[in-house]
Amino acid sequence: MNELKGLLPDLAKAFGETFLMVGISGAFAIVVGLPIGFLLFATQKGIFWENKLANKVGNFLVNIIRSVPFVILLVLLLPLTQFILKTTIGPNAASVPLSFASAAFFARMVQAALCEVDPGVIEAATAFGTSPMLIIRSVLFREALPGLLRGFTVTIISLIGYSAMAGIVGGGGVGDLAIRFGYYRYKTDVMIITVIALIILVQLLQSGGDLLAVKSDKKAREGNQNSAKFLEVD
Amino acid sequence: MRNVSLTIEKGEIFGIVGSSGAGKSTLLRTINLLERPTQGQVLLEGRDITGLANAELRDQRHKIGMIFQHFNLMHTYTVWENITFALRAAKAPSSVIRQRVPEILELVGLSDKADAYTSQLSGGQKQRVGIARALANQPELLLCDEPTSALDLETSASILELLKAIHRKLGITIVIISHEMAVIKTICDRVAVMDKGEIVELGSVYEVFARPRHQFTKQLVERTFNFELPARALDITRGKILKILFLEENAEKPLLNEMALWYGVSVNILHGKIEYVAERPIGLLVVVIDGEDGALVDAINFLRSRAGNVEVLR
Repeated sequence: MNELKGLLPDLAKAFGETFLMVGISGAFAIVVGLPIGFLLFATQKGIFWENKLANKVGNFLVNIIRSVPFVILLVLLLPLTQFILKTTIGPNAASVPLSFASAAFFARMVQAALCEVDPGVIEAATAFGTSPMLIIRSVLFREALPGLLRGFTVTIISLIGYSAMAGIVGGGGVGDLAIRFGYYRYKTDVMIITVIALIILVQLLQSGGDLLAVKSDKKAREGNQNSAKFLEVD
Repeated sequence: MRNVSLTIEKGEIFGIVGSSGAGKSTLLRTINLLERPTQGQVLLEGRDITGLANAELRDQRHKIGMIFQHFNLMHTYTVWENITFALRAAKAPSSVIRQRVPEILELVGLSDKADAYTSQLSGGQKQRVGIARALANQPELLLCDEPTSALDLETSASILELLKAIHRKLGITIVIISHEMAVIKTICDRVAVMDKGEIVELGSVYEVFARPRHQFTKQLVERTFNFELPARALDITRGKILKILFLEENAEKPLLNEMALWYGVSVNILHGKIEYVAERPIGLLVVVIDGEDGALVDAINFLRSRAGNVEVLR
């Protein structure tokens, strides 16, 4: 029991590192991945910025990042990390490859969410002479918001998984703690505790994400529940 | 589509009819350049708009309203917001928006539904929102893409009535595509019939209904009149079976009575109906006449000279 108490500071530090890595790469997912996802969608055939070449190139680049196993991406990007941060060790350094992975991952999630938007609605907006930027802001973003939030939740949870591999470059984090103490030092209790902590974290994130998605979708849902009533009146 | 050339007059209600895949939807979308023609031009009031792009094209589209088979409303928006959206697309100032939206809601009869979400509306109400949105920017041209195909008969009729009323009130030019001749018959002045990417017939709705020339048009009209004679009726009758088309004032004259009296033939009606196309009557009757051979020939000739069209079925 005492030993477990002694673990608490380590656990707290590990959570801090995980939050830092996931926070930085999560921010990159939004700043870089979100626009890329919109561009991948908007350059598709039949959409307002249709551009075969740009779409092919974008898809190819995203696929490359997505197809490289994260451990390999971590190593491949070491020179870039060294160039940007002048170091390759620590949670900040691990955030560089994590950001690449998260941006590519979230871009796909965004694209998929946008493909769920009724094409007829986009066509209608186009027919009324709506500018592409207004379509993005007022039609795509709003109609796809629940899907975007769900996609972001999935991205963040995947990032927690990826960040466990960041231990390889001394990134630290909860997953790293589980491997170093629990696996390498045969402390099964430590491993179980960290795993339980991770399960709780992921559950919380998923519930939070679902809640936001449902809330953003609420208007439409409420409408559907009431529609039967209104139909009778008509 | 190939060799499609047509002129739509300002202020008319023009119909384009054809089976699915005939190219009518493409033709309609060419008018606001949602589809760009590989060859040819789109002229609007004499101005070539085919080459327009970006901001210029958007400005042009503000003056062309469009409604859709599946309404294409934004489901996270209220009725008010859906209409506002079209106005914002045209960069209307908020003072104009506040004044225009209630006005247009009243025109389509949805003043009490401004704050409803579209999922709370029935199909007919959704199409009314679609119409309101399309008219928000006071367009000169309204394109209708199968506007009643997703609606039941009664609601269809009320939407067509609304379009007619709007046409009377605003004098707006309306182009409507449909696979149903019944829709065209109710609302249009002129119609183009499309088959396999070509316009096979073009004329006033009454002319096309009364004297369809192309095989495809004949089928369409036939289906609209819903004219099918049971085989049993043909078996048990004696004499000549005639299908008679009465046009214009002939539809309202007692021609059969005169024929029976003058030529001494018996007349028995098997099937009949009078349709009003563009508020002009077209009568269609299937009758059996019996009598002496000479009298029969004379009677048929008499009908041929008076009625629009007589076809001897047997």
